[in-house]
Amino acid sequence: MNKITDIKWLHSTVDAFDSFLRVPNTVTARGSHVRDCNDLKRIMIVVVVALIPAALFGMYNVGYQHFRFLGETAGFWQMFWFGFLKVLPLFIVSYAAGLGIEFASAQIRGHEVNEGYLVSGFLIPLIVPVDVPLWVLAIAVVFAVIIGKEIFGGTGMNIWNPALLCRAFLFFAYPSKMSGDKVWVAGLSQVDGISGATPLAHAAACEPLGFTDWEMFSGLIPGAVGETSVIAILIGAVILLWTGVASWKTMFSIVLGGLCMGLIFNAAGAEGSYAATVPAWEHLIMGGFMFGTVFMATDPVTSAQTETGKWIYGFLIGAFTIIIRVASAGYPEGMMLAILLMNTFAPLIDYCVVSRNIKKRLNRIPSNK
Amino acid sequence: MRWEFIWPNYVIFAESLVKYFHTVPDGRYTAENKPFNIKKMTDYIKIRKGLDIPLNGSPEARVLRDVVSHTVEVKPTDFRNLIPKLLVKEGDKVLAGTPVFADKMRPEVLFASPVSGTVSAIVRGEKRKLLAVRIDADPERQNKITEIPELASLDASQVKALMLAGGLWPCIQQRPYGIIANPADTPKNIFISGFNTNPLAADYDFSLKDDFDSIQKGVDVLNKLLPGGVHFSLNASTQSSSPFHKLERVIFHTFDGPHPAGNVGVQINHIAPVNKGEAVWCVDLALVAVIGRFFEKGIYDTTRLVAVGGPCAKTPGYVKCVPGMAMKDIADLACQDSEKAHKELDVRYISGSVLTGRNVGADGSLGFADTQVTFLSEGNYHEAFGWAKPFRAKHSVSHAYFSWLCPKKRYNMDTNLNGGPRAFVATSEYQKVFPMDIYPVELLKACLAGDIDKMEALGIYEVVEEDFALCEYICPSKIDIQSIITAGIAVMLKEMA
Repeated sequence: MNKITDIKWLHSTVDAFDSFLRVPNTVTARGSHVRDCNDLKRIMIVVVVALIPAALFGMYNVGYQHFRFLGETAGFWQMFWFGFLKVLPLFIVSYAAGLGIEFASAQIRGHEVNEGYLVSGFLIPLIVPVDVPLWVLAIAVVFAVIIGKEIFGGTGMNIWNPALLCRAFLFFAYPSKMSGDKVWVAGLSQVDGISGATPLAHAAACEPLGFTDWEMFSGLIPGAVGETSVIAILIGAVILLWTGVASWKTMFSIVLGGLCMGLIFNAAGAEGSYAATVPAWEHLIMGGFMFGTVFMATDPVTSAQTETGKWIYGFLIGAFTIIIRVASAGYPEGMMLAILLMNTFAPLIDYCVVSRNIKKRLNRIPSNK
Repeated sequence: MRWEFIWPNYVIFAESLVKYFHTVPDGRYTAENKPFNIKKMTDYIKIRKGLDIPLNGSPEARVLRDVVSHTVEVKPTDFRNLIPKLLVKEGDKVLAGTPVFADKMRPEVLFASPVSGTVSAIVRGEKRKLLAVRIDADPERQNKITEIPELASLDASQVKALMLAGGLWPCIQQRPYGIIANPADTPKNIFISGFNTNPLAADYDFSLKDDFDSIQKGVDVLNKLLPGGVHFSLNASTQSSSPFHKLERVIFHTFDGPHPAGNVGVQINHIAPVNKGEAVWCVDLALVAVIGRFFEKGIYDTTRLVAVGGPCAKTPGYVKCVPGMAMKDIADLACQDSEKAHKELDVRYISGSVLTGRNVGADGSLGFADTQVTFLSEGNYHEAFGWAKPFRAKHSVSHAYFSWLCPKKRYNMDTNLNGGPRAFVATSEYQKVFPMDIYPVELLKACLAGDIDKMEALGIYEVVEEDFALCEYICPSKIDIQSIITAGIAVMLKEMA
């Protein structure tokens, strides 16, 4: 180890690998002399573990959709292996591009390497279409990590969720690679005349969804790699809530907001929009609603940070998602935009909540009453 | 039955319901706005947020020894923002109670020697900063005797003058900022915490039970400074067995819950929070006894029972000593080598608790107000795959580990940081151990920014470092949170004074 640590100019990188393998021997210098053994590495790895069911199911589903649309039959392992080979490059590109920038910027600043990208790098492959070109993905990751995170100062300082920013970049910069039916099912470009449309695309086109509720709940539908299976996502949700890593308030209020807005649209109806007539609860199992609720909106850095603020933040995400789905012609999915929008406004929500505390403190002074 | 007869009953019932829910569960009313029958029953306040750190080595209720110190230190560094003015030089003879230095800003505030003897060294640090006055103690303590008139015949200014001359004024701490109180002020309230919830803290019901009369006398003295304004907090679980529930002329409050329920800052926040422009005073219970003894006997007697504990303490218990006692005198109570590894153990000597105490080293001495000493082993080792192990023999409040499955287990903690420093990420964790009506992360960020207006608006007047100690303990980003508060208070003192 000594020889390696002699490379002074690479010390952030060396430290990163060293502290990845073993806890540093630093001792407390000031303040509390003993510290809890929890650290960010552990928190991040818990999130990654919570994502594994969705990732594994996503790989299986990629194969399942491929063989289904080709009309071929295949065994479980054949389908999984096909999906694994399709999804693995996404992971490799995501981690290679993102961690490369993380290490470089830590090196430039002389900081330790933050572990935040462990989660972002795992999230990104799960929220993109499986057939996204890898070079496009790499550009999007570079954009998201640099513009979304590093220019603000790294993990903990960012305004928007980096993984969602990556998807938004893909969505707006390369619409032809991101929309349409074919991108959602791997290997469809070889065959014509087959629709790999997601339920949301059907809804936006005012067609019947084309899938049963069970298919949407279990996840055997076309869609981004990890977002389809509500079951796998709920397993992740249980892990996140059990370990206390994610806030139940955020999750619960998003579901509440989505249901409320869905019921409002059900009651009011919207001219020419099929999405308005979809039962409110079905919105919850379509598209990225659950994935966004459990893994994206609960990011402690970009969500509202006050407990009261979390209720408002979550409710508005749920409500905006349904509004975008129903009322906008261009965007069949609203989760990504709703979360990014509320990420932007989360500091404002916190500001209002904290202002109440400040006002309360001022009102305690008798002369201010 | 006619309507008019039923109606008032409903009103009375509704009113009593409102009062019940308003007063009992969270107890957030000010001292001015007390419920109707507060004078009869003690005021019960439940603290829900907090944490008792399961540290090994709690002191048993036995006195291990009577420490006869050979050298004793008086340290200006025990007090925030103090610029000392030296009153003695090397070779001077002092008595117990002779002032050794004064506050340069308020020369009437004197700091006395706890023992009699000869000044052997003036210890200075960088830029000749005065660190300590070292005194070689006589084998037998000679006291400086002060004539004390009958307490009843004294008024507040006479009591203040006696306390200042006797070197007792530094016992009184002021909030905001946690500095020595300004003798010219009249405080809004005076607070005394009757129990200590710090990890391995001294049990006052044991260590100060023989000082009951002195404490009552001290309370009477404080009542002279602010008649009817002395608040005293008891622990709900030991309230009836505590000798202090028999104290007179105090306003009792009962606190129930984990640490920091015993911290006077938390108690103030729940009883009558400090506002801008106000000052409240707080006195540690052991120092109330010192004040009481001075007014009883006219001597400056700081002798107290100090809890000695921690994972590296051989026989956790109490020693009788004075503040300034050299750690060398009790070094044999710490395990110097690890039996398993057969190697010398790096022991950290902490004057105070593991949360807020000061690392004084083997050559250091006990702090002015400290009632406990903790021995910890240094955690300067690498733990392979620490964070990646599913099970880990260390304590964590987070359910990301499994230590919550054994809530009774106590841990041999060490000083390892258990990670590397990061930015604030897990922003909602801190509130879970911070039982005040303050947003901790927002206040910390205001301190980091040095924004005076924000700090004031978010409650800097109500906190000192110890209130944030648990936030620092649980922080997964390993931020030195107490240092941030220290810096924030330093900015406030510089700009507002």
